Amino acid sequence: MNRKQKNVLMRIIISAICIVVLKLLPIEGYLEFGLFLIPYLIIGHDILKKAFKGIRNRQVFDENFLMAVATIGAILLGDYTEGVAVMLFYQVGELFQSYAVGKSRRNISDLMDIRPDYANIERDGKLEKVDPDEVEIGEIIVVQPGEKVPIDGIIIEGTTTLNTSALTGESLPREAKAGDEVISGCINMSGVLRIQTTKEFGESTVSKILDLVENSSSKKSRSENFITKFARYYTPAVCYGAVALAILPPLVRMLFLGLTPEWSDWILRALTFLVISCPCALVISIPLSFFAGIGGASNAGVLVKGSNYLETLAQTKYVVFDKTGTMTQGVFEVAGVHHNTVPEEKLLEYAALAESYSSHPISKSLQKAYGKAIDQSRVTDVQEISGNGVIAKVDGVEVAAGNPKLMKRIGVEFSDCHSVGTIVHLAVGGVYAGHIVISDILKPHAKEAIQALKSAGVKKTVMLTGDTKKVADQVAAELGIQEVYSELLPADKVSIVEKLLAEKREKEKLAFVGDGINDAPVLSRADIGIAMGALGSDAAIEAADIVLMDDDPLKIAKAIRISRKCIRIVYENIYFAIGIKVICLVLGALGIANMWSAIFADVGVMVIAVLNAIRTLYVKNL
Amino acid sequence: MKKTYKIEVDCANCANKMEEAAKKTAGVKNATVNFMTLKMIVEFEEGQDPKAVMKDVLKNCKKVEDDCEIYL
Repeated sequence: MNRKQKNVLMRIIISAICIVVLKLLPIEGYLEFGLFLIPYLIIGHDILKKAFKGIRNRQVFDENFLMAVATIGAILLGDYTEGVAVMLFYQVGELFQSYAVGKSRRNISDLMDIRPDYANIERDGKLEKVDPDEVEIGEIIVVQPGEKVPIDGIIIEGTTTLNTSALTGESLPREAKAGDEVISGCINMSGVLRIQTTKEFGESTVSKILDLVENSSSKKSRSENFITKFARYYTPAVCYGAVALAILPPLVRMLFLGLTPEWSDWILRALTFLVISCPCALVISIPLSFFAGIGGASNAGVLVKGSNYLETLAQTKYVVFDKTGTMTQGVFEVAGVHHNTVPEEKLLEYAALAESYSSHPISKSLQKAYGKAIDQSRVTDVQEISGNGVIAKVDGVEVAAGNPKLMKRIGVEFSDCHSVGTIVHLAVGGVYAGHIVISDILKPHAKEAIQALKSAGVKKTVMLTGDTKKVADQVAAELGIQEVYSELLPADKVSIVEKLLAEKREKEKLAFVGDGINDAPVLSRADIGIAMGALGSDAAIEAADIVLMDDDPLKIAKAIRISRKCIRIVYENIYFAIGIKVICLVLGALGIANMWSAIFADVGVMVIAVLNAIRTLYVKNL
Repeated sequence: MKKTYKIEVDCANCANKMEEAAKKTAGVKNATVNFMTLKMIVEFEEGQDPKAVMKDVLKNCKKVEDDCEIYL
């Protein structure tokens, strides 16, 4: 508790004791009135001041005003205990709320406690702690066991195990050795590391993630906007309602029914009405639910960029995947070389060199299979033909490497392959030279992930890929994906997603899951874009609405379940709070609910709604 | 141009009021107050000086919610 909260707590205790003592004393009349003013002013002086300032600034209808009018009214009517108690419980509720909010704020910042405070730099043989901002690209930093890696870089010396749980939610530590890339935010567990930085602190993974988390929940969901609007009309409406309740029935009784007006009874009812009406429970519990939901999700390795996305995700009925890197590992391996007219090694060398300027995973696997250092100066006149392949001059000889489309384009006869995988056909000097089979490995949880999505209520799963029909169909059948579109160019993916968007119903949302740079347009076109592997492509993270920190597709279903829980709690709170209030308002108007039930309707509902909201933070067992 | 400011405010409804007040300030294109992270994100109109505009924002916020603070 901070000083302000402690101060309020003291006032609550003192005035509560005062009330009890005063109730026991045999006092009456003006003396009782005067003595009850003491606890009233102790507990409520700031509310009265705020209400007064509100009136002066023409901001009349707020909860301070409601409370001030209700309590002053009750005291003037002689219900001293009720008047003071309403103020007391109102303060208890406010204290509880500010404590709960502060607590969950701290909880969530603890969950995301990945900000490194310093970096160690070696200067004149001595380690020096400096601000991570001051470290330049290419400098060497030292990370000792137990410390966080402050900046992205490459290990130049040392081996260790890294704990990435704060980043990915993955509890299994990762091995790292010299030559490996490390990302900031990991905790170095065993050995001393010397790391050459490859980025500035501001561009490092940890800064980007923190930025993303801190700015999330600024994009407000529809429910939050609804509550803001609701509160704007609700409070004045209730105030006028209370005035009407205080004036109209007595007038009707007096003028038309010939009964006694019973002013004080009706005024008391109107005051009860005011106490019940306070919209605090809604105004605080809805944003708190979303905030806790986003916090819980980030703890599970799912970063959500705003509460509105949590809302959309909960309505997701269609999930469209990219294949490579999403359902498969994107780690391609050369599985064979067929129909080659030149020696196998020579063919691999041509292929690796021709593709050496490409960052596509295929080119990496070719280079890996080739196994020797690539001398890029041997490659000239590189032409990348999107969706087809590459044509380049290697040692002055024209080499074309790509799919059947490329072979047809340059008019070379090729032999088809019976193996399943990505086939790179090669033509050297305009003559067919054979093909290389490269296959991709499915991710370990890919199959379970599709199953989990189905049990989470997803109607249809679709896979899009630039890969051949044969590969795509085989992968889809193995995973249980319902619909497959293969041999697509990046632009085709967008048009297929657009087609799917047009076919589905308004309330059913479509999510696209992808990982690569060329997925960015689709990620932003879908109702909700989910990027895989935050530790990979920056462009995908920028374009996506939700980022899965590790590459595990199983997290998609988990994210959906987290969002459903969050939205369910939000609606529970909305219905519960409005429901109880409406019931109490009606009972209050009829004179059945007294001031004490009004206090429950105000403070009790708020406490319950806040406790319910905090439940969204716990997502472990989802 | 967008800028983020740290704020201090006690209740969620007050945060909403601050947002409303900031939005209505001249020179402000859009403003969002995030009560949970205690941040105000202000988008300024072209050619406005953030410092001068923020002074007005603070004044307007104080008007609707006396007990608030924006750390400029």
